Amino acid sequence: MAVDQSFVGRTYPPDGVYEVSAEKVRDFAAAVAGAGSAAAVGGPLATAEVPAVHVDAAAARALGHGTPLAPPTFAVVLAQRSDARFLADPAAGVDFTRVVHGEQSFTHHRPIAVGDRLVTTLHVDGVRGAGGHSMVTTRNEIATEDGEPVCTAVSLLVVRAPQESA
Amino acid sequence: MSTSTPIGVADPGAPLEVGQEVARATYPLHRGDLVRYAGASGDFNPIHWSEPTAVGVGLPGVIAHGMLTMALAGRLVQEWCGDPGRIASLGVRFTKPVVVPEEGTELEVVAVVGALADGADGEPPTVRLDLTASCEGVVVLARARAVVRR
Repeated sequence: MAVDQSFVGRTYPPDGVYEVSAEKVRDFAAAVAGAGSAAAVGGPLATAEVPAVHVDAAAARALGHGTPLAPPTFAVVLAQRSDARFLADPAAGVDFTRVVHGEQSFTHHRPIAVGDRLVTTLHVDGVRGAGGHSMVTTRNEIATEDGEPVCTAVSLLVVRAPQESA
Repeated sequence: MSTSTPIGVADPGAPLEVGQEVARATYPLHRGDLVRYAGASGDFNPIHWSEPTAVGVGLPGVIAHGMLTMALAGRLVQEWCGDPGRIASLGVRFTKPVVVPEEGTELEVVAVVGALADGADGEPPTVRLDLTASCEGVVVLARARAVVRR
């Protein structure tokens, strides 16, 4: 079943505020910094050396930031939640088990920092067919609840044709 | 504990020229890493932890989250520039899945200067890093680029 092209141009306004917590940033940064550590093989997973800028307010201030910063791909947490509003809509015709991530970009208008209260607006920028697959482009505009632009996250999702066995 | 083996992370303040390699690292990846990333990111797609599910949808086995691969490319950029706040943009195309067998695998990431731009209109100068990521000799990211404020 093809993705419904009538969704192109649709906009989903923010459906709540995401508050960036210190612990969420710590967990995300540890999952990136800890990849490859011996601890991940079977031992305790809390031993990763997380860069101080993500967890230590003084280290962040030394770099000119008011509070610790999230890693540069953290915005995906907000973007994927936001995308689900479209992807999980039965009317859109997206078979979620066949979704593959094709491309991703983040344009940081300013870094995401602990304590930010963020809202996300989703735009469905494109739906096109390609050899039985559907290529879906979504754009999430992340801003503070006061309207300051923070990050633009663009995703190209490929919904693979059902008969394909990769 | 060292979690990677940076072969070279150049001084970010040093003069740069296009084509110059500024950072390189090899990041081992095990399934425990994928489980931890799943929890941290909220992406619990079973293709990242269940072999039967992954094989059932036509994949060779459990694969890493594309976003984890991208995050490790971003980690190398950050190891070079020292401040995530200077990363103005990061973009990638996912070309091949990173298959993570039970015994683990390795992701190699290399950052090369792709372009230099002088600041204009009060904007800081920037450097575009072109990133290469490969696993078992197969390129897994294409058009992977980061723009960093200098």
